[in-house]
Amino acid sequence: MIISVASGKGGTGKTTIAVNLALSLGDVQFLDCDVEEPNAHIFLKPRLTDERRIFVPVPEIDESKCTYCGKCREVCAFNAIAVLGGTGPGGGSVLVFPHLCHGCGACSIFCPEKAIKEIGREIGMVESGIRDGMGFVHGRLNVGEAMSPPLIRKVKERADSARTVIIDAPPGISCPVITAVEGSDFCLLVTEPTPFGLNDLVLAAGMLRELKIPFAVAVNRDGIGDGKVDDYCAGEKIPILMRIPFSKEIAGAYSRGEPAVSLFPELAGQFRDLFSRIRTVSGSS
Amino acid sequence: MKICVTSEGKSLDSPVDSRFGRCSNFIFFDTDTEGFEAQENSGFQFQGGAGIQAGQLAVSKGVTAVLTGNVGPNAYRVLASAGISVFTGVSGTVKEAIEGYRNGKYKAAEAPSVALKSGTQVKNE
Ligand code: SF4
Ligand code: SF4
Repeated sequence: MIISVASGKGGTGKTTIAVNLALSLGDVQFLDCDVEEPNAHIFLKPRLTDERRIFVPVPEIDESKCTYCGKCREVCAFNAIAVLGGTGPGGGSVLVFPHLCHGCGACSIFCPEKAIKEIGREIGMVESGIRDGMGFVHGRLNVGEAMSPPLIRKVKERADSARTVIIDAPPGISCPVITAVEGSDFCLLVTEPTPFGLNDLVLAAGMLRELKIPFAVAVNRDGIGDGKVDDYCAGEKIPILMRIPFSKEIAGAYSRGEPAVSLFPELAGQFRDLFSRIRTVSGSS
Repeated sequence: MKICVTSEGKSLDSPVDSRFGRCSNFIFFDTDTEGFEAQENSGFQFQGGAGIQAGQLAVSKGVTAVLTGNVGPNAYRVLASAGISVFTGVSGTVKEAIEGYRNGKYKAAEAPSVALKSGTQVKNE
């Protein structure tokens, strides 16, 4: 079973919940897909045993074969190519914008002159390892790199279908998040009981409905803010599976890179309860 | 000779749009015939690459100069590679911009004037 932990915005405690759930269950595989800022390893402290550099293909144009027909530009859905005709004052040229290229290969397939070949551009790396019985994989996107979905896919390729897989998704509701949560059997949305939290929760809930992924909510820092998140969830019939009260001790542990369950072992039981509720509401008990 | 002015509206009295890739309209002005053509910019719908598409459009229209408020690095690369002069910091109406250009009021930009994605208004709060 694949459970992703997501949040409409950063800083809600998504990683805290994902990490503590994983530690409470023990025999799971943890995939940190927040590749722009992977930080689960700080808490899980896995022994990393393997690292692979990840490349995406980008087109390289052989201008000696190119007729500047413009086909590659036309088929590129990501506006990553400009073709300047041979008659302009600057002469002909094909400009590739690698940071916009998704490596889909359409341009090289459609080039009538076979003038395009694909070269690899490094976007980051996937590292993996173990901690006690837990499998751990995360992706690290190169600094300044915008193309995170291909790297997230590489992390997810390592998912072990025989185990319970916990995915720490990037925050937000854009492309990288969708890439991370896609294919999950269940998604836990972490939110805070504040107006900002509610706003982002509504957006994230909309995204998951669109993706047809069953989901429920965990409220972190319960007790701050107002009751609007509860009202919303009740109105939309979204189950709230866990509430973690606001606690200085948990926040302090987080800032020291210590998982809450190692400080408060009694929390582990609550996270195991969370897991059984997830199995119940997702219908995979 | 044809020049391209980014414009908020579709007439010569419209204000110059300060963004290039995500401007509302392009006005293609022919300095020989004094005629012009206004074209709506479809670039606002692109998540990325609006400047590249806009640059590509200017290239395909055969313009020799672009007058606008700001231009980002992608668009600048397309325009510069095509040998098109880019004039940034242009404001007022389209008509005034064209006058200014004819009188040599503007200096061609030698680099992009804004960072990537500057024309994308992102509301964070
Ligand atoms: S499709 Fe091929 S031949 Fe046509 S412009 Fe692109 S690279 Fe050149
Ligand atoms: S590989 Fe795909 S995204 Fe990249 S330039 Fe070619 S068509 Fe565009």
